[in-house]
Amino acid sequence: MTEKNLIVPGEVIVEGMDYLPGDGTYRDGKMIKSSLLGLAQTRDRLVRVIPLSGRYMPKRDDPVIGIIKEVRYSNWVVEIKSPYDALMMVGEAVDRFIDLKKDKLSNFFNVGEALICRITNVDESMTPMVTARGPGLRKLTDGRIIDVSPSKIPRIIGKNASMVSLIKDRTGTKMFVGQNGRIWLQGGDEELAIKVIRMIEKDAHKVGLTDSIQKFLEGEVSGSKA
Amino acid sequence: MEVKPKFLIKNGKRLDGRKVGEWREIKITTGVIPNADGSCQVDFGKTKVIAAVYGPRELHPKHMVLSDRALVRARYDMLSFSVEDRKRPGPGRREIEISKVIAEALRSVVMVEKFPRSVIDVFVTVIQADASTRIAGLNAASVALADAGIPMKGLVTGVAFGKIYDETGKGVMVADVFKPEDQWGEADIAYAKSIANDEVVLLQMDGDVTKKEFLEGKAMADKAIEYTYQEQVKALKAKYEGD
Amino acid sequence: MIDKVTLKLMNDSFKKGVRLDGRKLDEFRDITVETGVISKAEGSAMVSLGNSKVLVGVKVNAGEPYSDSPDSGVLMTGAELTAYSHDSFETGPPSPAAIEIARVVDRAIREAKIIDVSKLVIKSGEKVWLVFVDIYTINADGNIFDAATLGAMAALATAKLPIFKDGEIIRENLKDSLPVDGKVVSSTFVKVGESVLVDPTMQEESALDARLTIGIKDGNIVSLQKGGNHGFNDQEVEDMIDRSIVHSKKLLKALK
Repeated sequence: MTEKNLIVPGEVIVEGMDYLPGDGTYRDGKMIKSSLLGLAQTRDRLVRVIPLSGRYMPKRDDPVIGIIKEVRYSNWVVEIKSPYDALMMVGEAVDRFIDLKKDKLSNFFNVGEALICRITNVDESMTPMVTARGPGLRKLTDGRIIDVSPSKIPRIIGKNASMVSLIKDRTGTKMFVGQNGRIWLQGGDEELAIKVIRMIEKDAHKVGLTDSIQKFLEGEVSGSKA
Repeated sequence: MEVKPKFLIKNGKRLDGRKVGEWREIKITTGVIPNADGSCQVDFGKTKVIAAVYGPRELHPKHMVLSDRALVRARYDMLSFSVEDRKRPGPGRREIEISKVIAEALRSVVMVEKFPRSVIDVFVTVIQADASTRIAGLNAASVALADAGIPMKGLVTGVAFGKIYDETGKGVMVADVFKPEDQWGEADIAYAKSIANDEVVLLQMDGDVTKKEFLEGKAMADKAIEYTYQEQVKALKAKYEGD
Repeated sequence: MIDKVTLKLMNDSFKKGVRLDGRKLDEFRDITVETGVISKAEGSAMVSLGNSKVLVGVKVNAGEPYSDSPDSGVLMTGAELTAYSHDSFETGPPSPAAIEIARVVDRAIREAKIIDVSKLVIKSGEKVWLVFVDIYTINADGNIFDAATLGAMAALATAKLPIFKDGEIIRENLKDSLPVDGKVVSSTFVKVGESVLVDPTMQEESALDARLTIGIKDGNIVSLQKGGNHGFNDQEVEDMIDRSIVHSKKLLKALK
């Protein structure tokens, strides 16, 4: 793995036919060029660029935080901070059977309500389908939702969720990180948790991020105890 | 009222002291509109233009939706007080035409197939005009698109060039025209390239030049484009470098 | 649209006297006013109110007076909530919200008699100066009313008056200022649930029940504009007037 290089669209990352163009890149003759502003990375023969900005593009199996935008006859339209609104079909809302003849869908999820859901499918026209049924998936009624840049979510989660575990552990805050750039928090030192998230967001492209966050949290937590 | 000057260049020196191939001071800054997905201000001397990108986002009205790709929409406009005589708010025929050629230039580089059914909105706003506003705007727009994380083949970079007369009345080609040269000169050529594949993506002219003059001016503009491109790259990287 | 989790959080937090950005209910955001930013304008100002950024320019043209006031210049104020300043704003002719902002700013300046229109006459009944104040949002994050009033005031206070000579307008090397006297500022309050807050952010505005903008000059009320689909009680109105007089001092300081 080579060092990560800051690169702009159109810049040449590597030359040679033995490399493969991955996400955020394209081939132009012998060259592989970046299509994004981001960090170029070559692992084995695969070249890719990790974006530093951009809106959320729905992907199958992603957990996201959505907001109900519209209640229809047999489904809900869920806004997921993406160019493409998601659909939640009547059978995907709750574990019990909903009888469309007797039940009102707005009694289960109403406009403006937030939920943790999972993307089950994205069809060719880019319409994502979501479900609220499954472990950890539910309606949100309290706590706080904050917005972050979706491109920074991998750093906020960290390798094997190490970063998010660290924050939860040190602040005592319950957290759920949606891939779409929405984070839900509740309890503990919420202010500190948000401060750390903003730090990660700002420095996501820097090396040694985990160390510096760990040091910061140790200082803050021990400092407040002293 | 201003009077037409006797010459626009004398002894190789233009009215603002520049040499023929010389460009004005170029300043490029990203992030000037925090609400936007990407934004950029480009100053070419006293010409100041800001660009903001929103999207990809849901497209209204629905009849404009393209099922297999994103629509790149551009809107060029000038603030009412960006020019000497107050401009009536809202785009007129001139602004609508410029919006069209800017959108088309940007479509040549944006990878629109990644975002079917959506729209990528590009807003170009002239806050102070001293000629070459569409080119400054296009430079700002391409940086704003990259800043917004929109995939593209590369940046679009332009520099205007023109033909002005000297004290003997002879035509001289110059790069990066400013207001008096645009107003009194013999030709004004808006010119921009896609850097990644070296293609001409915007070209507009009014005036009268020979082929030789055109190529001579274009070569000057190409030099200025090289410099401008480096400034665009620097501006994009500045946000993530340092500390 | 604001989600219900955030709405509940806001209401709970306001009851404790704290806003989501950490401010107290009666606290303005940081204000900066920069004048002379656009050299083509006779006067200009860029105002930042927290994350809201508004650019105001003044252009002065010669034109005919209104027939019912032959010895008065004309003030015209326009505002645009530009599509590039927020994801939810759209292109097109000025929206009712933008027109309301322009009229509220115009009213404050007019009623506070900031511009002496009698000094804007070139030839009685024939030619007078038309003063155009144009307001554009650059980044919208709430309370455009107060940012626009500050911007209009700062741009007018620093504006130059062109010279009319032999049927032509001269705009270069101007020395005379526009006949401007005094300063007006405004404070905008919103009511969310049971709480009243000053200088609302976009998020707070999206939850508002009622809104009131109060223009103050020399400690007197010179303009009022109530908005929103619900009302204020008498006590709230009285309190907001008191607070707007206090806030006007800080706002005037920002104008220098």
